[in-house]
Amino acid sequence: MKFLKTDVLIIGAGGAGMYASIAAAQSGKNILLADKSLISRGGATVMAQMTVAAAVGHEEPDHWTHHLDDTIKSGQGLCNEELSSILCEEAVDRILEMSDWKTDWARKDNRMSQVMAPGHSVKRCCYVDFLNTGPAISRTLRGEVAKHSNIKRASGLNIIEIIVDNNIVKGAIGLDIETGSYITIDTNAVVLAAGGLTRIFSRNSASLNMGGDAYALALRAGAELIDMEFVQFFPIGHLAPRLVGMDPIMWDPFRYKLGGILLNGNREQFIENYGGADGKSYTVSRDLASYAIIKEVEAGRGSPNGGAWLSFEHVPKVELESAFGPIIKKLAENNIDLTKNAVEVSPIAHYHMGGIKVNTKMQTRIHGLFAAGEAVGGANGANRLSGNAIPEAFVFGKRAGQYASEYTCTKTILTTSDGVSALSKVLTKHKIDNILIKDNNDIRMTSIMKKLQDIMWNDVGVIRTRKSLTNALDLINNLNVNYFSKILPPDITVYNKQLMDWLDLRNSLLCAEAVCLSAYNRKESRGAHQMEDIPITLTEFEKNQVIEMNDGCLLTKWENVNKIEFKLKKKLQALK
Amino acid sequence: MNIFLDNKNTTTLKVFRGTDSNINDFNFFEVPFNDGASILDALNWIRENIDESLAFRYSCINANACKECMVLVNGKTKYSCTTRLSKETTTIEPLSNKRLIRDLVSDIVPPKEKL
Ligand SMILES: Cc1cc2nc3c(=O)[nH]c(=O)nc-3n(C[C@H](O)[C@H](O)[C@H](O)COP(=O)(O)OP(=O)(O)OC[C@H]3O[C@@H](n4cnc5c(N)ncnc54)[C@H](O)[C@@H]3O)c2cc1C
Ligand code: FES
Repeated sequence: MKFLKTDVLIIGAGGAGMYASIAAAQSGKNILLADKSLISRGGATVMAQMTVAAAVGHEEPDHWTHHLDDTIKSGQGLCNEELSSILCEEAVDRILEMSDWKTDWARKDNRMSQVMAPGHSVKRCCYVDFLNTGPAISRTLRGEVAKHSNIKRASGLNIIEIIVDNNIVKGAIGLDIETGSYITIDTNAVVLAAGGLTRIFSRNSASLNMGGDAYALALRAGAELIDMEFVQFFPIGHLAPRLVGMDPIMWDPFRYKLGGILLNGNREQFIENYGGADGKSYTVSRDLASYAIIKEVEAGRGSPNGGAWLSFEHVPKVELESAFGPIIKKLAENNIDLTKNAVEVSPIAHYHMGGIKVNTKMQTRIHGLFAAGEAVGGANGANRLSGNAIPEAFVFGKRAGQYASEYTCTKTILTTSDGVSALSKVLTKHKIDNILIKDNNDIRMTSIMKKLQDIMWNDVGVIRTRKSLTNALDLINNLNVNYFSKILPPDITVYNKQLMDWLDLRNSLLCAEAVCLSAYNRKESRGAHQMEDIPITLTEFEKNQVIEMNDGCLLTKWENVNKIEFKLKKKLQALK
Repeated sequence: MNIFLDNKNTTTLKVFRGTDSNINDFNFFEVPFNDGASILDALNWIRENIDESLAFRYSCINANACKECMVLVNGKTKYSCTTRLSKETTTIEPLSNKRLIRDLVSDIVPPKEKL
């Protein structure tokens, strides 16, 4: 077992982790920035192709308090308003800072171009052309990180456990994927910036590394999570034909710009039957579109692959070409000609509103444990405004890095043997009650993950019922007891894919249970949590649900929502 | 989407295996052939259905954003996620100008990002 020492460990190098490392580096302390993939490439940040919301007011008059109003409205009573105000106020500074760092935001006459997006009251969303926002911001941050000699970057370092003693962070253990050796990391302060969990649903926009590590690491370290039932489903994710080289959520802006029409398997318009209006406007909410598509599929009126058709066939060719720009060529490479054929779309799991519970310093209840980015819960309540996730990564990343580097404690020294004993806990529980079943196709790591994704999609997806949720809890328990606990990864060392899968599964199974249990407890419909058998929103549930792990069991409780107090609201009003 | 739902047709991938680039060890895998499927889709299908130990690198799957999935396809450097499966037998090898780690995984980590 190797041994490393650092002042601050940052887990995950997406937008949040990189921003955190840059902020932490200002303190002059030593920072270790670890990613199980490659720095800046493994998560959602690099994949984002759309927009970033910030009230810079370049396109039309705006103020961050308006952005806050929109965010709170979209969150449907559950926003931690303190976190939401930090998000909206500091988004402006971060976007301008990124501009200083040479992010090539689309501009007109030296002012940033901003567009409208669903739920925003003004044109507020910045972008980098063409569909290049994620790669561009990743490049900027990667460059800034590299300027700091006190940031040690580690690609291929998978953090598997945080070592906590008496509610104080002592360090962590990681797997060096390339060599297969385990590493003990001695550190006071840890920032969890390991992203979201949407990979646990079979239809998703996730990368390989978005199976919920941040939440599982936090739970096992003793931190609390909130609102885990709120998973955002993006209504018209790409489903078929196979489209490679494009982010599956790419259709949205074109649909609105050009009036793309949704059709069911019988080629009939159906959104109207669910109380929405289809066509050239923002009138159909994302929730309604998702709901309508799933119901059509359930009724046997889905498209061949189980979604809906999105058609641009009525749009003149010239209009299509000018709206899509270079994207038309990419579509042609995929044999997609929008003038002749419709494509199939479906709701897909896209973002997680729930997450690690933190205060305004991004601190959890465990001393020395901080969180940032999508891993954090609360700022977006029951539904996130589009464009709010990237600013969240920047703003919370910056704060977490700053406060983590300021944090100090006097702690006992961590030794390699502490690492060895923490690691043996990860692996042994398994070894004890293990009856290894070899060569059984059902008990492959990949097939357990597939089963889990199907359970989550079918029973904990866009439309839930009490029955589907109890069913899912049973099925997940069965996966744990009868499958997961019966496999162990082989002992090979160098780049052991099965070991990586096993570590992913261990976290994803825990996250799935947390999502299901929280969803089961919320006996109402609100925002992204839609219960078919309880289609009403209830005031008694205008509460945050907190979940923690105790002795291996998940426990939940309800807490009052952190609303900004009246006096502050008045002050904000005056500012407008 | 299950991209291999309709798999009447198959094709063959000849895939480099092992941790020693001096030993020419290839496995032949018969995989379903579907219009539009990528080499990465087929490699994942192999892991799910034939041999879970096969090692290759990727993150983003669809967006062609992570740039981690480069391999040699019939001797040419390609992204496995955007290269389509072909009806002819296709040879997949790790990058030849990088140190081999295992199977299709080569050392593409920038020197300053190593432990
Ligand atoms: C396809 C897509 C498009 C999107 N488009 C937009 C958009 O247009 N606008 C917007 O505002 N939001 C968008 N989002 C959401 C937004 O991109 C994310 O919420 C945001 O980028 C999250 O940043 P992050 O740094 O918290 O996490 P990520 O960028 O996901 O980074 C997390 C990192 O942690 C690493 N990691 C995970 N587990 C471990 C571990 N155990 N040890 C070490 N490292 C680990 C991962 O490899 C990854 O690199 C989109 C999301 C997706 C998936
Ligand atoms: S998998 Fe990300 S670019 Fe190929």
